[in-house]
Amino acid sequence: MSEGVNQADRPLVRDADQSGQPRDLFSKFDDVIHTRETLLASGVEDPFGLVMEQVLSPTRAICNGRDTILLGTYNYMGMTFDPDVIEAGKRALDDYGSGTTGSRVLNGTYAGHKAVEQALKDFYAMDHAMVFSTGYQANLGIISTIAGKGDYIVLDIDSHASIWDGCALGNAEVVPFKHNDIVAMDKRLGRIPAGAGKLVVLEGVYSMLGDIAPLKEMVAVARKHGAMVLVDEAHSMGFIGEHGRGVAEAQGVIDEVDFVIGTFSKSVGTVGGFCVSNHPKFEIMRLVCRPYVFTASLPPSVVATAATSIRKLMHGSNKRAHLWENSKRLHGGLRELGFTLGTDEPQSAIVAVIMPDLEHGAAMWEALLHEGLYVNLARPPATPAGMTLLRCSLCAEHSAEEVETILGMFERAGKAVAII
Amino acid sequence: MDRDEVDSSIRVLLEPFNRKNVEITAATTFAGDLEFDSLTVMDFVAAIEDEFDIIISMNKQAEIETYGELVDAVCELTKG
Repeated sequence: MSEGVNQADRPLVRDADQSGQPRDLFSKFDDVIHTRETLLASGVEDPFGLVMEQVLSPTRAICNGRDTILLGTYNYMGMTFDPDVIEAGKRALDDYGSGTTGSRVLNGTYAGHKAVEQALKDFYAMDHAMVFSTGYQANLGIISTIAGKGDYIVLDIDSHASIWDGCALGNAEVVPFKHNDIVAMDKRLGRIPAGAGKLVVLEGVYSMLGDIAPLKEMVAVARKHGAMVLVDEAHSMGFIGEHGRGVAEAQGVIDEVDFVIGTFSKSVGTVGGFCVSNHPKFEIMRLVCRPYVFTASLPPSVVATAATSIRKLMHGSNKRAHLWENSKRLHGGLRELGFTLGTDEPQSAIVAVIMPDLEHGAAMWEALLHEGLYVNLARPPATPAGMTLLRCSLCAEHSAEEVETILGMFERAGKAVAII
Repeated sequence: MDRDEVDSSIRVLLEPFNRKNVEITAATTFAGDLEFDSLTVMDFVAAIEDEFDIIISMNKQAEIETYGELVDAVCELTKG
């Protein structure tokens, strides 16, 4: 290729300050591009480009050509290969076809959508359930719709991106408070002008560090100020609480929560999101919530697998007990090995290992992958306080022996990259 | 409280966050000159909110880039 052609092929990067020409819209990503190029130039396997060529079970897959134990999925209850769940999906494909090609409010509500909403109402013992196409859209839709102009949203600073995006999509005043800080939340609620609508948004389990919220105290504070409460229980459904309804159930305040947001893409083992509520006017949301109305509904096979899985999760207390055992053993074992963890005690199925920096984190991630273990490498902006984390999420289908194998892998990898 | 009093209170609150001892003028920017990241912003805003017993919502924060704009905003919020 000639030099001239080479020159012409190079994308023009314009700078408005110097030439008066419009700036390249992609220039805002230059820092991210640079960080990524620096990381990959060190020779590390791309932590954000992993491919699972074969999935053998909820806990095993062939990743980048290697037989790998999965410790970085949200398949907490191991429902993805449940025979009843698979069978329900196959039957729905045969009976209803591959997709609905329409919105829930037009041609996109099939018997299966009503059935999965009934399963959710039974699971949570609540009056209303509304299913969205993803968990992200559930937060996006509910938060942006119920909190409007002149209303106030008071939320934890470590909230998930879908919560922040729900705030950004709406017109309410957005007031964050320091993570899990009850006093800071109380003060902010107390300063909201009289008469304004108030929505407090909390999560049961915060997914980066795997820590839980003091919902009992926080819900009481919200109630004291007359605020409505929305709790995202994405990472606790099926696992935490006597019936697997989440942290609000475990702390005895689920009846004081106005809206529970959840997802099918974690313990339920498929994809989709939902909101359950006892609010008497809740059903109107189906007509006014744009991320619900202006998108296609979930395929029949997905809602069929979700409904079957949710009903099985109601009777999952043995699996819940085993998952707690796994979480406690992994947390305790990693601590004994000398790793720094995100919580002092295991609080959920997530155990976060804090890395000194991105370079060590990526090296450790790669060493673990070579050992045959997949975990999540998490870095800013997803993580709080600029931390780099190796996030381990356990599954009820991990055997006790597998957890011991995992600890051995962590020990060898940690020594190889000089973190322990 | 007049503007000068608000200004001097905020200057005191800003001190621990001004790690490089940048000279503070009305045109000093938080993101650029003071290199505030999102966590620093949260802690600094919380300190101001507690001092003046006000709320500076994220919506309001988005309109504030410079020190002078912050002082104006706090004056406005404390008026009511």
